[in-house]
Amino acid sequence: MRLKMKLGTMAVAALMTAGAPAMAELVFPSLSYRTGPYAAGGIPFADGYADYFTLLNERDGGIGGEMTRVPECETAYNTEKGVECYESTKGEGALVYQPLSTGITYQLIPKVTADDIPMLTSGLGRTSAKNGATFSHVFNFPANYWDGASVAIKHILEEEGGDISDKKIALVYHNSAYGKEPIRTLQELSKKHGFELVEVPVDHPGQEQKSQWLQIRRDKPDYVIMYGWGVMNQVAVQEAANIRFPMDKFIGIWWSGSENDVLPAGDKADGYKALTFHNVGSDYPLYDDLQKYVYDAGKAAGNGDQTGTVLYNRGVYAAMLVAEAAKTAQEIHGTSAITASQMRDGMENLNITEAKMAELGLPNFGPEFQVSCENHGGNGFVAVTQWDAEAQEWKLVSDFMQSDQDVIQPLIDEDSSAYASENNIENTCS
Amino acid sequence: MFYREAGDFSTTYAQDQQTFPIKFDRYRYYAVLFVALFVIPFVVNDYWVNSLFMPFLIYAIAAIGLNILVGYCGQVSLGTGGFMAVGAYASYKLMTAFPDVSMFIHVLLAGVITAGVGVLFGLPSLRIKGFYLAVATLAAQFFLVWLFNRVPWFYNYSASGQISAPERDTFGILITGANTQAWATYTFCLIFTIFSAIVARNLTRGSVGRKWMAIRDMDIAAEIIGVNPLRAKLTAFAVSSFFIGISGALFFAIYLGAVEVGEVFGITKSFLVLFMIIIGGLGSIFGSFAGAAFLVLLPVLLKIVGVDWLGWPTDIVAHLQLVIVGALIIVFLIAEPHGLAQLWRVAKEKLRLWPFPH
Amino acid sequence: MPEQLAFTIEVFLNGLMAGVLYALVALGFVLIYKASGIFNYAQGVMALFAALTLVGIIDGQVPFYHLINAIFGTDIHYFGWKVNSLVAIVVTMLVMIALAWMVQRFVFRHLVGQEPIILFMATIGLAYFLEGVGDLMWGSEIKTLDVGLPQGINATIDEATFNLTGYGFFIDNLDIIASIVAAVLVIVLVLFAQYTKQGRAMRAVADDHQAALSVGVSLNFIWILVWSLAGFVALVAGIMWGTKSGVQFSLSLIALKALPVLMLGGFTSIPGAIVGGLIIGVGEKLFEFLIGAPFLGGATENWFAYMLALVFLVFRPQGLFGEKIIERV
Repeated sequence: MRLKMKLGTMAVAALMTAGAPAMAELVFPSLSYRTGPYAAGGIPFADGYADYFTLLNERDGGIGGEMTRVPECETAYNTEKGVECYESTKGEGALVYQPLSTGITYQLIPKVTADDIPMLTSGLGRTSAKNGATFSHVFNFPANYWDGASVAIKHILEEEGGDISDKKIALVYHNSAYGKEPIRTLQELSKKHGFELVEVPVDHPGQEQKSQWLQIRRDKPDYVIMYGWGVMNQVAVQEAANIRFPMDKFIGIWWSGSENDVLPAGDKADGYKALTFHNVGSDYPLYDDLQKYVYDAGKAAGNGDQTGTVLYNRGVYAAMLVAEAAKTAQEIHGTSAITASQMRDGMENLNITEAKMAELGLPNFGPEFQVSCENHGGNGFVAVTQWDAEAQEWKLVSDFMQSDQDVIQPLIDEDSSAYASENNIENTCS
Repeated sequence: MFYREAGDFSTTYAQDQQTFPIKFDRYRYYAVLFVALFVIPFVVNDYWVNSLFMPFLIYAIAAIGLNILVGYCGQVSLGTGGFMAVGAYASYKLMTAFPDVSMFIHVLLAGVITAGVGVLFGLPSLRIKGFYLAVATLAAQFFLVWLFNRVPWFYNYSASGQISAPERDTFGILITGANTQAWATYTFCLIFTIFSAIVARNLTRGSVGRKWMAIRDMDIAAEIIGVNPLRAKLTAFAVSSFFIGISGALFFAIYLGAVEVGEVFGITKSFLVLFMIIIGGLGSIFGSFAGAAFLVLLPVLLKIVGVDWLGWPTDIVAHLQLVIVGALIIVFLIAEPHGLAQLWRVAKEKLRLWPFPH
Repeated sequence: MPEQLAFTIEVFLNGLMAGVLYALVALGFVLIYKASGIFNYAQGVMALFAALTLVGIIDGQVPFYHLINAIFGTDIHYFGWKVNSLVAIVVTMLVMIALAWMVQRFVFRHLVGQEPIILFMATIGLAYFLEGVGDLMWGSEIKTLDVGLPQGINATIDEATFNLTGYGFFIDNLDIIASIVAAVLVIVLVLFAQYTKQGRAMRAVADDHQAALSVGVSLNFIWILVWSLAGFVALVAGIMWGTKSGVQFSLSLIALKALPVLMLGGFTSIPGAIVGGLIIGVGEKLFEFLIGAPFLGGATENWFAYMLALVFLVFRPQGLFGEKIIERV
């Protein structure tokens, strides 16, 4: 009898909680991948993304008085599952999408535009989406792949004292759309700075890279830049250590710069560098709040063991950006229950300043930038981090540097105008 | 009870030979066609089309194509993903080169081009048999994917090597791109699926199909009784690749809209379609549909039950999905080794006699 | 020594080493195919599963902790102990034997006498199942596997060759160990098959199930034995590959590397797997190095392995060491 009553109250409680979300709320779907070949990268990002919104709900009661909700949908990095996830979540009033996958991004670009929902692809996706005049609903602030390539070269320039005309730089890349992104930029930069570029593709999944690294051993490039993802990273770092390539001359893009990528190689990965568009570590006031309101309350997403890792931080950062954009949208439109279309306006008028980030508990966490209708990609500020194997942590070893806009902007204009003419898109900013 | 044969007489050979000799079956088939063609298009929305119907219809075409090769002609192939990629890239090149031509023609032409490529890679089948051939077709799979990734001409020199379908129409109705109506894309795919099924059905019960089956059952014996193995095997490769090419074209142009060859048409796709026909039933058109439905719809169903109803974490549901699909495959096999089609046939036999089995 | 030649020899040697690693995976396929005519699609997933279990035991992870936490709202992850690598390997082997028993008891016992394609399909189901169970048990994060195997360039060979030829060859320590392990494994397997009672019974079953049954060989036992051996080979392969790249989902994809090896060496020959592995390893590395990377834009290894096997097959349709196919009407 008692049990029955207990069950009864539980059922009522369940009904009530199930009824509660019917109130206006802000929906931020998370197309995560906690399984499949790239799970190791997808888990921390999804955890960080969810935890930040949990914090907003617990601490501030949501954004502007509206509770937030993060429905998660598992894509396993698979484009078809991504379609299913997009279609099933968009009806719930999704405000913005952040697919952590190049394949899903490309296939969502026309769809989100038609459905009037913005999409944020920080540091991934289609680079020329920076041109907001063509890609009205796609944002890729604060930095993109071509910024990454340019800043990598800039860092090398700094290391070499400004002259790299006699240097040889190898690009080891995942042989896919993502990996091929930096090639054009690097070719242009090699014309400008006179270095020799060697392209070394690695086929998916990249479990076996012996011949690539033997090639590097033979060609003896002065630097190696890597655009890898998944198991390719771990194997590459390992193989580089095996051929005794100097680790501090081996620079990965931000998707090749997480703890996952260097830990399997152990001490030998010490000194490996990676780019990043946000700061590392967990030494921020925000983390105290996360501890207090989320972890201690037992509300952490996933296993709760990813705190402070690079990709977790990226998830937090991505969530912070869209939360700020939502606030901006609320201010512009004077309503707390914003729609996806209003959210787009918010993203287009987003202004991230140091004061704002400090106020959020993330001082010096990322670059300052101002989004505009023409510029959906920020200013391309990227920093370099280095792995310290002994302390088992990444350290920022440079300032945030701006990429070579003289080289990148023409490339962006060229690629976006090709897309615009192919799809009959008119300039949406003028 | 459900199947009444009484009073169902065939008076001509044509009647005796038809696909659904039992009247009830025939009406059920007409009813399904009617619903699919005249009811569903008016009620579907984006979600149903994009997450369920479209993948189901397109995979069904691919499965029919592969079933002709594996189920009817006995040539195990693992190159499906590569051939679908040929269809996709062929349609992309055609779409961008001739923007004014109807999509119907582009898709069919993509099928024809794929048929040519299929014949080329079918040549080793004259020497190599069984699992050895399966692995040999993997050469086609990996080579084609590499080729499309490597040669910029195939993706019109775009920066990242992705191909995106521009907006194209047929009879003035938008078929590709983001601004399409759910019913239009659905109907477009459905027409191709019905077309494929009818063509496949009629080919397999005609002389061509009989030759294929003779080769499958024992190729040496077939050769002795006058079947030309060269022609039989190559026609099987051609027809099979034609359908697979169509499905690839639809997969890219209508369903996904943007494709990265290594990710979408990789080796996993080849395996997936092969799983479909084995689970559905080798040598059966219905089996192709059943297998496609099983592997497309079941994961979505499990996801909805696990995540949306029970509220479990997505990763646990995803892992359980694998466990359940795997276990179901094994359970089905133990219950009925010849796939869902055989299960269906047995059920029909039972229903025919029910409720008086003696 | 001219440099180009030195590089080529170096690539050749490394190709041999890579070939050994491919052969390790292929061995598992051959064992099962030989004894039961099953093309075991799940072999790659078995390697993943074995490696996951090994890491889980070493780190003292609680099996199914994720599921337990989700259902009971608890927060457990680790037992809080570390297990010695050798002990863990033994325990993992016991798990693989239990798995072999279960596979036999619940799946293949019910499918005796079915066509090869149906048995193949059952292994597909098994692959799905094992992948899901492996992830549920141990989680899908990447894990570092360290059982104390050395990695990195072998300094002795480097110096010796440098003194000899003026160019130090690169040979990975892990590859050397893998080669030794593979050699030992093959010798032990061949000896086992030739000289022990169980080994002979195994070969008898491979020749003819029914004849073996009629002279009193227990099919059941032999198949459990064979699956256990395949599980053991999977564990070894999992350790070798897992040490290189960490243990994660992609480990199951190494099965794809074994397919051209199988095709070349024949599905039924253990020495064939080794020789096939070596030919594929050397062939794809040399091609990539001499032709692929300079002229074709690189990343040719995947398809070249298959093309190479295809060319061989056109001349010998049953593989290099496969049994001659005799067909009668």
